[in-house]
Amino acid sequence: MKIAVLMKRVPDTASVFKIGADNKSVETDNLKYVMSPYDEHALEEAIQTKEAGKADEVFVITVGPDAAKETIRTALAMGADRAVFVKDDAASDTNCKGTAMILAAALKTEAPELIFAGKQAVDDDASQVPERVAELLDIPHASVVTSFELNDGTALVEREIEGGHYKMEMALPALFTTQKGINTPRYPTLPNIMKAKKKEIKELTFADIGLSAADVASGVTIEEMALPRQDRLNKILDGDNDERVAQLLSVLREEEKVL
Amino acid sequence: MDFGLSEEQEMIRTQVRQIADAFDLEYWRERDKTKEYPQDFLDAFAKAGWLGIAIPEAYGGAGLGTLEACLLLHEICASGAGTSGASPVHFSIFPPMPIIKYGSDEQKQNYLPKIASGEMNLGFSITEPDAGTDTTRISTFAARDGDDYVITGKKVWSSNLQHADRTLILVRTEPYEAVERKTLGMSLFLMDLKSEGITIREIEKLGRHCVDSNELFMDSVRVPATDLIGEEGRGFYHLLSGLNPERLLVAAEAVGIGHAGLDLGIRYAKERIVFNRPIGQNQGIQFPLADAYTKLEVAFLMVMKGAWLYDNDMPCGEEANIAKIRAAEAGFEACDASLQTHGGMGYAKEYHIERLWREVRLFKIAPISQEMALNYVGEHVLGLPKSY
Ligand SMILES: Cc1cc2nc3c(=O)[nH]c(=O)nc-3n(C[C@H](O)[C@H](O)[C@H](O)COP(=O)(O)OP(=O)(O)OC[C@H]3O[C@@H](n4cnc5c(N)ncnc54)[C@H](O)[C@@H]3O)c2cc1C
Repeated sequence: MKIAVLMKRVPDTASVFKIGADNKSVETDNLKYVMSPYDEHALEEAIQTKEAGKADEVFVITVGPDAAKETIRTALAMGADRAVFVKDDAASDTNCKGTAMILAAALKTEAPELIFAGKQAVDDDASQVPERVAELLDIPHASVVTSFELNDGTALVEREIEGGHYKMEMALPALFTTQKGINTPRYPTLPNIMKAKKKEIKELTFADIGLSAADVASGVTIEEMALPRQDRLNKILDGDNDERVAQLLSVLREEEKVL
Repeated sequence: MDFGLSEEQEMIRTQVRQIADAFDLEYWRERDKTKEYPQDFLDAFAKAGWLGIAIPEAYGGAGLGTLEACLLLHEICASGAGTSGASPVHFSIFPPMPIIKYGSDEQKQNYLPKIASGEMNLGFSITEPDAGTDTTRISTFAARDGDDYVITGKKVWSSNLQHADRTLILVRTEPYEAVERKTLGMSLFLMDLKSEGITIREIEKLGRHCVDSNELFMDSVRVPATDLIGEEGRGFYHLLSGLNPERLLVAAEAVGIGHAGLDLGIRYAKERIVFNRPIGQNQGIQFPLADAYTKLEVAFLMVMKGAWLYDNDMPCGEEANIAKIRAAEAGFEACDASLQTHGGMGYAKEYHIERLWREVRLFKIAPISQEMALNYVGEHVLGLPKSY
C-alpha cells in the first residue's frame, strides 16, 4: 500500500511579518520557512502506519517554488521514502482551488490508497485544499482526525467535533486531515538527515500534469495589505466611571473608529 | 570562494535547534539551581543520533566533520542551553578523537558505537594541579606491570566524571627527566572510572553547575594495556591532533552563547521603557549590542574557516587559535553588553542572562587560556621568540 502526504512549506509563525513596498504582498526576504506543523502530524501518522507494517511506501507531495525542496528534504529526513514536487515555476497566483487541482492531477498517476494532510496550513488557515483534493479524486475524506487505525481495507478514525468525538469507519482509498494530539511528530535523526539526500525527488511541471498557469489562476486581486496597527495611545481618562466609559466610547468611535 | 552551507548543513542547524528549543531557559535555570545533570537533554540528542556526529559511519556514527560538529554545538548554545547543554554533547565529540585516529580496531569496535549511541559517557583528564598549562610537567605516572599499567597521581578540573564511564587520561610513562624531548614519554589511556583506587571529588565552581568538574585521585589504579590508546610515549602528539578541532568547537560554543545572550538583551532593549522610550533607542545601549553582534559574526566566520581547513586536511592551527581568542572574547562581550542592557534585572536569575554570563566566561580560561592562545599566535604565526 502506498501513502501520500500533502505537505506545504509555510513561513514560521514566529517570524516577524512585514508588508512589501507594493502594499499588496508580504515581504519574504527575511522569513524562515518550515513544514506546516499540522502536516508534520500527517507525515508522522503515515510513517507510523508504514512502521507498523501496514504500508509499503510513504511519499510526500507539494506544490511550490524551488525553495520548497528544503522542506521536502526535512520530510525525507523524517522518514518519507520519496517526494513528488510540482514546481510552480510561473509563481502563479494560484489559491486553494488551483492548488487542489494541481495536487489531484499529480496524485492521479500515483493512485495512493491512503492520503494524509494537515487539517490546515498555518499561513492562510484556509482548511480547503485536502478536502478539495478528495473531491477531485472522488474519494471520501474525514477532517480533523485525532485517532487513526487501519484495518483490512478500512480505516477507523476519530474526528474532533465541538464538545466531543465522532467515530467513523471508512473504506479506502480515502483522505484524512490530522489534528494535533493524534501523535507526536518525530525529529529527523542525524542518520536520516544524511539518508535524505539520496532519496528521490520527482519533479513535475504544470505541463507534465496537463495544466497551465491559466487553469489554476486564482482570479483574486489583492487591493491592499496592512498589518494591524499596534501602538499605545497613552491616554489617561478622568472623571468617575460613567464619565470615563463615555470618554472611552467616544475615543473608540470617533477618534479611532474601531467601533 | 563559497561561504554557503550545504542543504544538509542547513538542516543540521534547524533540526538541532528544534531539539534544543524543547528545553527552554527555565529548564536550564532549574538545572543550574539543583545541579541535576541534564540527562534528558543528552538523551534527546543521543536518540536522534547527534552524539555520533564525528564518529565514522563504520562505528555507528555519521562520519561528519568538525564543521558540522561546530554547527551542532553552536546551535545548542544559541538556544540558551549554554555550556550546561553543550558540554555533555562536547564530551562525546572531543575525547573520542584520538580513539578514532589512533585506536586499535578492537578499541574502536568496543567503544565508538557505544559513545555514538550515548550508552557510554566520557571525560578527559589532562590538567594537573602542579603542571597547569605546561602539560609536559604532568606527573601522574603509569608503570607497566605485566599486562597492566598501574597509574598513580592526581588530576584537576576533570569534567563530567560524575556521569562518565571512562576518562581519556594523559599520563607520563617515562619521567620528564628521562626523556629526550619533554613532549615525549606521555601516553593516553581510556581509563575505566570504576577501577579500584580512584577517588573523585567535585569542585564548587562559578557556573555550569549541572555539569561537574572534579579532582581525580589515582592510587595504584590497574589499567589493562588494552586501554592504551595509540603508541606508548606518543600520547601528547596523539592528543595534539585533536586540539585544533577542540578549539574550534569551544569557539563555536562561545559564539552560540553570545548569540543567545545578545538575543535576550535585544528583546529587553525593545521592551523596557524608561524616560518614555525603549532603552534600545539610546545609542549607549544600542551600540554595545550592535558592536557585540559584529564581533560574534566575525568570530564565527573564523570558526567556519578553521573547521573547513581541518576537514579538508589542511593546517588550521592559526585559524583555530584566532577563532578561540576572538570567540571567547566576543561571546563574553555579548553577554556582558546584554547584562548591562538588563540593568538591575541583569543581576536577577529570572532573566537568565547572568547564567550565560557566568558560563561563557569559562572560554577565556579553558580549554586553553587567551594568553596561551596568544602565545601560539605570537610564536608560530608572527615568528616572535617563545616567551616561556
Ligand atoms: C570549568 C572547567 C572545566 C575544565 N574541564 C577540564 C577537563 O575536562 N579536562 C581537563 O584536563 N582540564 C579541564 N579544565 C582545565 C583547563 O583546561 C585549565 O584550567 C586551563 O588550561 C588553564 O590551566 P590552569 O588552570 O592550570 O592555569 P595556569 O597554567 O595555572 O595559568 C594561570 C594563568 O596564567 C597564565 N599563564 C601561564 N603561563 C603563561 C605564559 N607563559 N604566558 C602568559 N600567560 C601565562 C594563564 O594564561 C592563566 O591565565 C577545566 C577548567 C575549568 C575552569
